Amino acid sequence: MDHFPTNWGNPRNEDGESYNTYPMASNKVPQGVQQIAGYGHASGHPTTHTQSPVVTGTSVLGLKFKDGVLMAADNLASYGSLARFRDVERLHKVSDFTVIGASGDISDFQYVKHLLDAQMIKEYNADDGHSLATPHVFEYLWRIMYNRRSKMNPLWNTFVLGGVHKGENFLGAIDLKGTPYQSPSIATGFGSHLATPMLRKALDNAGGSENLTREEAEKLLVECMKVCWLRDARSSFKYQIAAITSQGVSISEPHDLRPLTYWEHGRDVRGYGA
Amino acid sequence: MFRNQYDNDISTWSPQGRLHQIEYALEAVKQGSAAVGIRSNTHVVILALKRSSGELAAHQQKLFRIDNHMGIAIAGLVSDARVLSNFMRTECMKSKMLYDRPLPGSRLVSMIGDKAQINTQNYGRRPYGVGLLVGSYDEETGPHLYECLPNANCLEYVAVSIGAKSQSAKTYLEKFAKEFPEADEDALIMHGLHALRETLQQEKELNLNNAAIGIVGKDKDWELIEGDRLKAYLDRLEAGGGASTTAAGDAPAEGASTEDNAMETD
Repeated sequence: MDHFPTNWGNPRNEDGESYNTYPMASNKVPQGVQQIAGYGHASGHPTTHTQSPVVTGTSVLGLKFKDGVLMAADNLASYGSLARFRDVERLHKVSDFTVIGASGDISDFQYVKHLLDAQMIKEYNADDGHSLATPHVFEYLWRIMYNRRSKMNPLWNTFVLGGVHKGENFLGAIDLKGTPYQSPSIATGFGSHLATPMLRKALDNAGGSENLTREEAEKLLVECMKVCWLRDARSSFKYQIAAITSQGVSISEPHDLRPLTYWEHGRDVRGYGA
Repeated sequence: MFRNQYDNDISTWSPQGRLHQIEYALEAVKQGSAAVGIRSNTHVVILALKRSSGELAAHQQKLFRIDNHMGIAIAGLVSDARVLSNFMRTECMKSKMLYDRPLPGSRLVSMIGDKAQINTQNYGRRPYGVGLLVGSYDEETGPHLYECLPNANCLEYVAVSIGAKSQSAKTYLEKFAKEFPEADEDALIMHGLHALRETLQQEKELNLNNAAIGIVGKDKDWELIEGDRLKAYLDRLEAGGGASTTAAGDAPAEGASTEDNAMETD
């Protein structure tokens, strides 16, 4: 037992190792391979897996409506509590009728984007009238996420997938444990606490997503994004909305939530150092 | 021992620009009993003539289910066919597992083409000794019928036949090709049986044991037609039941068939 707390969690030292457990057991990187995600390690160091995300995105919202699916996410990538990158796009067009939105680790999202893009290019190159539709991409994403959690090295995200296929609107989410979930409304991260009740209430009042017009749905999502910005300390006022309908995908330019909020209360507040 | 000095191995060209070993493999397909495939706008039907090696032997299986949306008929070395059908089934399961999508027939067929091509270019290998008819259906592009041969040719057809005396079946198919697109399941099967009958040896008949029919199509998973249903079709065939939409259209077919048999020298 090493009784020096400063050594805890660090690779053991060969000279001072009394139980001769150094070098530690580790995955050898296969020959000719530089580095595979979740495989191998710097020499002499134990294999380590992601145990927490680093640069993160917060909530992603998704909502079905009459003619399609809407998704919304802000443009912030936080480094801990620091608002580090303010112009990151967290909604990504996968195909003509599919959009993926990501909360959680941004670099893992970039990796998954790369996988999906590679997959779609393969489909395009086959040039045989077939392409992966939203439910197929969802299944693929599910396999990836479950596979990685089974290696005890999950991709630290909750993904939202929205799309239209054969006249059906599709909205689903998959978390870092590979749990798939489909619902007329979806909110990840802190948004699951803040936005889910609003979205579900609105859907209940409308009597289902098929009674929701695009205008109503968009208004509702913006309202949810506003609440998320006001109450979620990892969120940003800058956000984008994606719409997937039978016409295809459109992802908006970034919008600003600030004009929708009122901050003039502070002008008359006295005390508290003001 | 060898027919000539250029057929010792797969990768040696003859001065005429031929690869003899590949052509021998194509001969192996011709020695298998016949298989016939026909495609309409909604369905594909695949039929085959089963052989048995003797009075006491069972008939060799000729049709294989690959997936719900796909089936094949084979002519040639059955053991090679089993390897290929195993591969096809595995690829279909992979597609279901990974994408929850039935593997499009065109993709699987080109994969088989790639496998077969490797066997025609590398020293020390041998081509597959089997020809396949692949019938598949998918929501996006409808029914398809493909032929895969040992020379790695994979072609799509509206109607095709392979195996022994398949030229006779082709003659029938060409004669009625215009009727296939609009034919319903029954008509397609009857056309198939008529074509298959052309491939029979003298004084042999189609019966419950030697005929095999498989069908796949719109809202219809791959299915073998056996037992009473097969018997019903065979009875119709025997009774001169027309596959053709016009009863008169069938009569010249029968006439033509006898002529074809007379000309057949295979």
